[in-house]
Amino acid sequence: MAKKKKKISKSITLKDQQLGKKKETAREKMIGQSIGYRYDVNLLPDYTKITPFLKKYVEAMGWDDLNWLEDVHMGYEEGRPAVFCRNANGWVTIPKSIKLPNNQQDRDMIARELLVKFQMSPKHPLVDLKKAYLKF
Amino acid sequence: MANLKTVSKKSKAQSMGMHSEVLTGRTQQKFFNPDEAENFYYFGTHDVNFNKRTELDVKDMTAPEANKEIDNLMSQGYGTIVIKNPQGKHSLGVGILNKLNLIFEGSLGYFGMGSCDGPIVRINGRVGWSCAENLMAGKVVIEKNAGSCFGAAIRGGDLICKGSVGARTGIDMKGGTIIIGGDAGAFTGFMMQRGRIIILGNVGINLGDSMYDGTIFVGGEIGSYGSDAVDAELTKSDQEWLKRKLRVAEIGEKFDVSKMKKIVAGKKLWNYDNLEPTEKKGAI
Repeated sequence: MAKKKKKISKSITLKDQQLGKKKETAREKMIGQSIGYRYDVNLLPDYTKITPFLKKYVEAMGWDDLNWLEDVHMGYEEGRPAVFCRNANGWVTIPKSIKLPNNQQDRDMIARELLVKFQMSPKHPLVDLKKAYLKF
Repeated sequence: MANLKTVSKKSKAQSMGMHSEVLTGRTQQKFFNPDEAENFYYFGTHDVNFNKRTELDVKDMTAPEANKEIDNLMSQGYGTIVIKNPQGKHSLGVGILNKLNLIFEGSLGYFGMGSCDGPIVRINGRVGWSCAENLMAGKVVIEKNAGSCFGAAIRGGDLICKGSVGARTGIDMKGGTIIIGGDAGAFTGFMMQRGRIIILGNVGINLGDSMYDGTIFVGGEIGSYGSDAVDAELTKSDQEWLKRKLRVAEIGEKFDVSKMKKIVAGKKLWNYDNLEPTEKKGAI
């Protein structure tokens, strides 16, 4: 009869999950490219920081909370603060006129607001694509 | 082919053209004004009113006919649509990119509510395979049980099953939240990349197998962990979020979330990069 294997308890601490703060690995140094996300994609939103625009948006859609926007965070592209637009499959850089707060939660709320405004704008790239390729 | 042995460490990547390669895609200069008029809906979608309600009997309709009729009703401003006699038809309610309150009085077949972005959906029955596949935003509530691949590849929104679900729930999910009131099958969270799964009951074997990122919360027993799925510390912020989310899901409000297990990626699979295929070719 096969021996029962001892259970190896694997655990990871909070410190390990702070992706933005980790040191560059030898592999990353060699390839000149970072592996994995460069900010905490799992950070849960602080609802006390919600902006008036987002409150109105959630209410208009009939949702109970930020819904899909819970997964939106402020990242950066080519050294500039930016938010990723999944519809356009690209980064939307934050205008220089917008001053960013030091707090990640506040920055994320600004990113969410900006992303909603961008996606709903008639200047969004998908509007042009729809005109060109819409079949039905 | 670049010879890996002859190039120095510093220039290895450069010699393979890694640093001249545009990894970020083509830059597109699209300007818009963040202060332009407040608009909460996609450009060109229907302006609907939740208080304007209608019923649609799909008994004698095919799925494409029913879906077209839903679109037609939205274009007339109906914001609440009750679908009668869905009779387990496949692919019902797909591709809705609109604010909408949709109620199914019955069960759905395969691929129900796929590729939706925004609607609030209630299904007063069961659903087949791949319900709400590729959901972008919105809320989908299933009152009974769901089949395999529940919430496959979802990117956002809340997907709730008050009963139990089959295997491979949340496979390849890239965001959003999946909440299961009962039990979940094998390979739950298989290859998930982002988002969260909450299971109040038990879960089968190979939980979170090959997960790249994201979080799984389990209230019951775990059959076994998949490759690279590891335990993590359940924080206060997690508990508060869980309580709030279970309230939104209308299930398990009194559930003791402090005893839930949190599973994340061990990140041992975070090895792949753009240089790797070239290195493999060089080694052959």
